[in-house]
Amino acid sequence: MDCCDTPAPAAARPDDLRLAIVGPPNCGKTALFNALTGSRQHVGNYSGVTVERKAGLAKLPSGASIGVIDLPGTHSLRARSPDEVVTRDVVLGRHHNERVPDLLLVVADASAPRSGLRLAMELAATGLPMVLVMNMIDIARHRGIEIDTNALSETLGVPVVTANSVRKGGLDALHAELDAILARGVPEPGPNLWSPPNAADLRLSHRAADRLIARAVTEPELPDTLTNRIDRVLLHPVFGLVFLLVLLFVMFQAVFTWAAPLMDLIDAGFGVVGGFVAAHVPAGIVQSFLLDAVIAGVGGVLVFLPQILILFLFILLLEDLGYMARAAFLMDKIMGGAGLHGRAFIPLLSSFACAVPGIMAARVIDNRRDRLTTILVAPLMTCSARIPVYTLIISAFIPARHVLGVLSLQGLVMFGLYAAGIVSALAVSAAAKFMFWRREPSPPFMLDLPDYKLPRPRSVAIGLSTRAKAFLKRAGTTIFAMTVLIWLLATFPFAPAGATEPPILYSFAAMIGHLLEPILAPIGFNWQIAVALVPGMAAREIAVSGLATVYAVGGDSTSALGAILAANWSLATALSLLVWYIFAPQCISTLAVIRREAGGARWMWLTFGYMFVLAWVGSFVTYHLAVLLGAG
Amino acid sequence: MMISPQPIDAASLPGHVPEAAHRPLGALHRGFSGHVFRILPAAHSNTLPAEEMERRLIELGFVEGARVAILHEGLFGRDPIAVRVNGATVALRRREAMAILVS
Repeated sequence: MDCCDTPAPAAARPDDLRLAIVGPPNCGKTALFNALTGSRQHVGNYSGVTVERKAGLAKLPSGASIGVIDLPGTHSLRARSPDEVVTRDVVLGRHHNERVPDLLLVVADASAPRSGLRLAMELAATGLPMVLVMNMIDIARHRGIEIDTNALSETLGVPVVTANSVRKGGLDALHAELDAILARGVPEPGPNLWSPPNAADLRLSHRAADRLIARAVTEPELPDTLTNRIDRVLLHPVFGLVFLLVLLFVMFQAVFTWAAPLMDLIDAGFGVVGGFVAAHVPAGIVQSFLLDAVIAGVGGVLVFLPQILILFLFILLLEDLGYMARAAFLMDKIMGGAGLHGRAFIPLLSSFACAVPGIMAARVIDNRRDRLTTILVAPLMTCSARIPVYTLIISAFIPARHVLGVLSLQGLVMFGLYAAGIVSALAVSAAAKFMFWRREPSPPFMLDLPDYKLPRPRSVAIGLSTRAKAFLKRAGTTIFAMTVLIWLLATFPFAPAGATEPPILYSFAAMIGHLLEPILAPIGFNWQIAVALVPGMAAREIAVSGLATVYAVGGDSTSALGAILAANWSLATALSLLVWYIFAPQCISTLAVIRREAGGARWMWLTFGYMFVLAWVGSFVTYHLAVLLGAG
Repeated sequence: MMISPQPIDAASLPGHVPEAAHRPLGALHRGFSGHVFRILPAAHSNTLPAEEMERRLIELGFVEGARVAILHEGLFGRDPIAVRVNGATVALRRREAMAILVS
C-alpha cells in the first residue's frame, strides 16, 4: 500500500509502461480515456458500453508517453459477465494475451464515490501500484459535494487526484501526478493478496467505505433531488410507460420527417452528377458502369445516411442522459413475460441501429441463458440497414396521406414494421423459453439507475461521426464492391445480336434469378427481387442498390427507382417483400458476430434457419392474403 | 452454505427488535423508508445459491443498517422496484427484494 512513500527501483522506459484504467460503470472512465489519449470513442451512460479492448498512448507534459488501456467497467473483481471477466483477468495477470499493467488508474465518480472507493480498496489487495482519480469533479462540486483528497490519500496510501475529462486543463493534476511517478520510477508491485470475498468480507468493505466517506467526503445538507423529481414522472408506473412509447414513436416519425429535406438534397446532388455523366461520357459500357453501378448503386444507399444518423442521435442522447437504464426498468416486467431480462432492452434497442453492436452489448447480461435468448432475437429488431428497403417500398406503394390530420400514413406503416419486429422478437423468445427453459426460474434482475447527466455535445458528436464514417466506409467498400458485382452479373453476357427482349434478360443475373425463382415465386417475388436478395446477404441495404442496378440496366434508367417498382410490382408483392424484411435472414456480419458471441456455429445456423423459415412463411401468408383481398 | 432462514438466527443478533417490526422489502410499497435489518436470501432466490444472492445484494449496498427507501414501482404487479440505498438508486425485482428484511 505504501507504493509512493518508499523509493523504488526505476522501472522500464515510459513507453513500455502500461497504465490500465479501471472503474465502476458510469464513472466517466471512457471520457477520461479519451481525454488522456485523444482517441475517438463513444462515451455512454449505461453499464457496459466499453466492451472492447481500448488502447492508446497518453502524452504527458514532460514529453514522455505512456501506454493506456481502458478496461471494462466493473464494481468488483468478483466478475460475473464476460466483460467483467476481462478486467479481473488482466488485473490479476491471468489474461492469456494481455500483460499485467504496471500502474492502475482507478476511477471513481466524485459525485457518487462509494462504488469507486470500494473498488480501489479491493484493488489495493492485488499489490499493483495505483493512482485514484476522483472523476467528474465539476458535477460533484456543482452538487455541493466536497472531496478531501489528502484524507483519501492518507487512508488509502495511494496518490489521489481530481479530474474533469471534458474541460481544458481538467487533467492537469493527473498529468502532474503521472509525471511525478515516472520521475520517481514506478514502484514494483507488491504481493497479490486478493481472494474472492465472502459475504462477511463484503460487509467489512462496506463499513470501511462508510468510514472513508465519513472522513473524506462532505455531502451537501440537501442531496440532489433533481433525478428523483424527474424519475417521479419518467418512472411513474403509467406515465413512464406512456412516455417511453411516445418517445419511441416520435423517434421513428423524426427519422422520416427530419431526414426528408437532407435526403432530397443528396438525391438532387446525385441527379446532377448523373446528368453530367450522361451528357459528357459517350454512351456505352463506361457510361453504363458510371450511371448504373456507381451512381444508381452507391448513391441509392448514401441517401439513407440522414435517417441512420437521426436514429443514432436519439440512441446516443438517451444513453448519455442515463435514460436507457430507466427504459430497462420500465420494460423488465413486459420483457420478463417473454422470457427476456430487463437488461436485454439495451442490446435490443441498439439493434435498431445495427444488430452487430446490439449483440455485442448483450455481454452485460451475466446469465448465459438470458444472453443467448437476447442474441438470438436481436436480429429481429429492425436494424438501420432495413430502412433503405422499407423506405423505398413504402414511398413507392403507400400513399403520402395523413391520418387523423397529423400522422403520416407512411410513418405509421414504418412504425407498424418496427412493431412487428418487436412483437416477433418477444414471441420468439417466449417460444424459446417454453421449449428449452420451461422449468428453470428466471435469474435475478438488479440494475443501477445512474443519476441523470446532461449529454456532453462533444461526446455525442464523436459518437455520431464514428457511425457516419462506418456507414460511408461500408458504402465505399462492401456496398460498392457488391454493386459492381451485380452490375457485372446484370450486364454480361451481352444480348445476342438482333435480340428483341431487354439485354438484362440474357445476363447471368437473370440466370441466377430464374434458378431461385421456384423457391421465391410462391411468396410473390419475381426474378429481379431474387437477384437483389443474394448480394443482400452481404449487407441488407445492398438489396436496394441491387434492385436499382437490375432495373436501371433493364432500360428505364431516368425515372426514380420507386416509380419503376410501382409500375412493375403488385401491392401484394411489395407487402410480401416488406414482411420478408421484418424477418430477413440477416447479413453475413451479423451471423459472424452471433457465432463469436454465442460461442458456436450451431447458434449461427439456428438463427439463420429460424429467420429464413419465419420470413418465408410470413411472406407466403401476406402475399396470398393480399391477393385474396384484390391487391395481386 | 451459511444461511439458514430460521427466525432464531435473527433473534440472536445483537440489537434485536421484535420480529413483527421486520418485513421483507419485497412486500413493501412506494414511500417506505427504513433500515436494512438482515439479508436472508435462502428461501426466496431459486436460481442462485443463497450465499451468492447475499453477496450480490451486499454489493448493491444492502448492508445491515443501511438506509433504504422505495422510490418507484413498475406498473404490472408493482414490479420491479427502484430503491434508494447508500446514496445510489438500484432497480430490482420484488422476488429478490424479499431477501432483504427491513425495519
